[in-house]
Amino acid sequence: MAHVEIKNLYKIFGPNPKKALELTKEGMSKDEILEKTGNTIGVNNASLAVEKGETFVVMGLSGSGKSTLIRCLNRLIEPSFGEVFVDDEEITKVDQEKLREIRRKKMGMVFQNFGLFPHRTVCANVEYGLEVQGVTPEKRREKAYEALELVGLKGYEESKPDQLSGGMQQRVGLARALATDPEILLMDEAFSALDPLIRKDMQDELLLLQEKMQKTIIFITHDLDEALKIGDRIAVMKDGEVVQVGTPEGILTEPANDYVRDFVENVDRSKVIKAESIMRKADAVVDTKDGPKSAVRKMKNENISSIFVVDKSRKLKGIVDIEDAMKLADKGEKSIESAVHQGYPTAGPDELIIDLLPKATDSKYPIAVVDDENRFLGIIVRVAVISGIMGEGGNNDV
Amino acid sequence: MFNFPIGDLFDTLVRFLRDNLGPVFDGISWVLDTLISGFEFVIGVAPAIVTIVIFALLAWKAAGKGIGIFTLVGLVLIDAMGLWTNAVETLSLVLVSALIALVIGIPLGIVASRSHKADNLIRPVLDFMQTMPAFVYLIPAVFFFGLGKVPGAVATIIFSMPPVVRLTNLGIRQVPVNVEEAGRSFGSTPKQMLFKIQLPIALPTILAGVNQTIMLALSMVVISAMIGAQGLGSPVYSGIQNLRIGQGFEGGLAVVILAMILDRVTQALGDSSSK
Repeated sequence: MAHVEIKNLYKIFGPNPKKALELTKEGMSKDEILEKTGNTIGVNNASLAVEKGETFVVMGLSGSGKSTLIRCLNRLIEPSFGEVFVDDEEITKVDQEKLREIRRKKMGMVFQNFGLFPHRTVCANVEYGLEVQGVTPEKRREKAYEALELVGLKGYEESKPDQLSGGMQQRVGLARALATDPEILLMDEAFSALDPLIRKDMQDELLLLQEKMQKTIIFITHDLDEALKIGDRIAVMKDGEVVQVGTPEGILTEPANDYVRDFVENVDRSKVIKAESIMRKADAVVDTKDGPKSAVRKMKNENISSIFVVDKSRKLKGIVDIEDAMKLADKGEKSIESAVHQGYPTAGPDELIIDLLPKATDSKYPIAVVDDENRFLGIIVRVAVISGIMGEGGNNDV
Repeated sequence: MFNFPIGDLFDTLVRFLRDNLGPVFDGISWVLDTLISGFEFVIGVAPAIVTIVIFALLAWKAAGKGIGIFTLVGLVLIDAMGLWTNAVETLSLVLVSALIALVIGIPLGIVASRSHKADNLIRPVLDFMQTMPAFVYLIPAVFFFGLGKVPGAVATIIFSMPPVVRLTNLGIRQVPVNVEEAGRSFGSTPKQMLFKIQLPIALPTILAGVNQTIMLALSMVVISAMIGAQGLGSPVYSGIQNLRIGQGFEGGLAVVILAMILDRVTQALGDSSSK
């Protein structure tokens, strides 16, 4: 069971949503419907399932319906048709009383222009969610202080919001949403109003916090780099429709249509693509027990000048150069063990290309990809790093 | 062209109201009279100089030293012109009228801010109250309440109420959308929204409305005097009638002094609330 689930959700603004719904189902476009009926389609048949603990990003340009979509989740905007579930509860069916209860206990929201209460101190802002629940002043003060410390604003409790910088104000916004300890965080363009450096800091901080908190985060953004950085999964929206849902890499490597392809074209892929997807399965390896002659033969067959050495359980032991192996073969040695050396770069499967670049340029050997237990997974040759950045996909065929 | 006798209809309505709602008007009359007399008693019970010093200190506390000194000098001047009793009457009438205008006007403004229907209904009524010449409803007021302070207060209430309604409405509507959304997203009840978010944020605007209401109430002083409300309006009114220009000027000057004191003090309250 997904934590938050949206099923066939529509939000239609205007005089006659029913009529517009029929026309959409007949396949009429957004613009035609606006012209014909005066209805604007905000969200068009969106279905999504967000898992517990997941950071789910909804990305789209302005007017794509993403902000409307997130407001349908806590009914700041009433959906026209369709269903929203949180846990097993159908949000779209509950009465006002129950809705307030859900907003109070289960969902915290962070807004683009912070939406802080200008007449309240930072602490009173953070306390607000607890205050409307009727929590005692001492208790909510304690919680507010905790939340402020969590976002690094200790010492600013008694300031007014307008005395703080943009980045700090949004930390207050985040602390305010966290103070009630909700399971779900709704973040609507939360970092979009911040300048780029501060935005990057906030993204890093959110990732760090999320590691500890494991909330279900639904994050709206128009910034693809932000989506790729933060999202476990990403939904791309266009004209109110969800056009693709996938992992950051999935979106980049297998765009569902031209719209998404154009969108991801200019992305800095080096910050998204992982070692795993550009590595080549290294078929040519030698066992520690193998002799130098067979090593030389394998290298000649593959037309390579060095070869990785693994043990029986495929743990990486080292590398052998072809010259050394040939010398051993000439001497008539039975084992290559004496020629095995280290001094090649290694990487984990999750390492990003941007981190592989220096390793690839500094060494004459390919990069060995190993898992946590030093098991040999594959190799990345220099050209694969380059083509990974250029967007030519994995290089299993290079 | 056809003839539509609106005037006759209005006459009939006024007569109908007077004949059938007598007890209601008597009740209103009693309340207003009691309130005004009460204020007059409180303000007038101590010797003038004691009250003046107290007012000056209050003004100092609310609006700073300069306004405090101005209050002291201004009120002493009024007393020196022999108009202290009139000033007490006027102040009582103005404060009671403004108070009632606020008690009715602020909730009306809140209602108007919450629904377009109510807004569309209230707006033309406010236009009516503000632009209909005061003399036109002064006469029916005398019809219902007789001569004296009460009809003066009623006319003053009608004339001075619109600004606070409008500005309360405006102030609440100006609360930024995302601030309001933030409030709702935490599960605030409508009442919590109003008292914890909308009214506090709208407060500076509402206080500007309060200030305007008090100013308009003061501007009705002379007109009220014409129907026997006394106060600072009477020396002006009788001065005009008897061509005693100096006497009229004294009364007018006293009104201006009161207006300046009330304006500066209420403005200072508004400023301190927006900080």
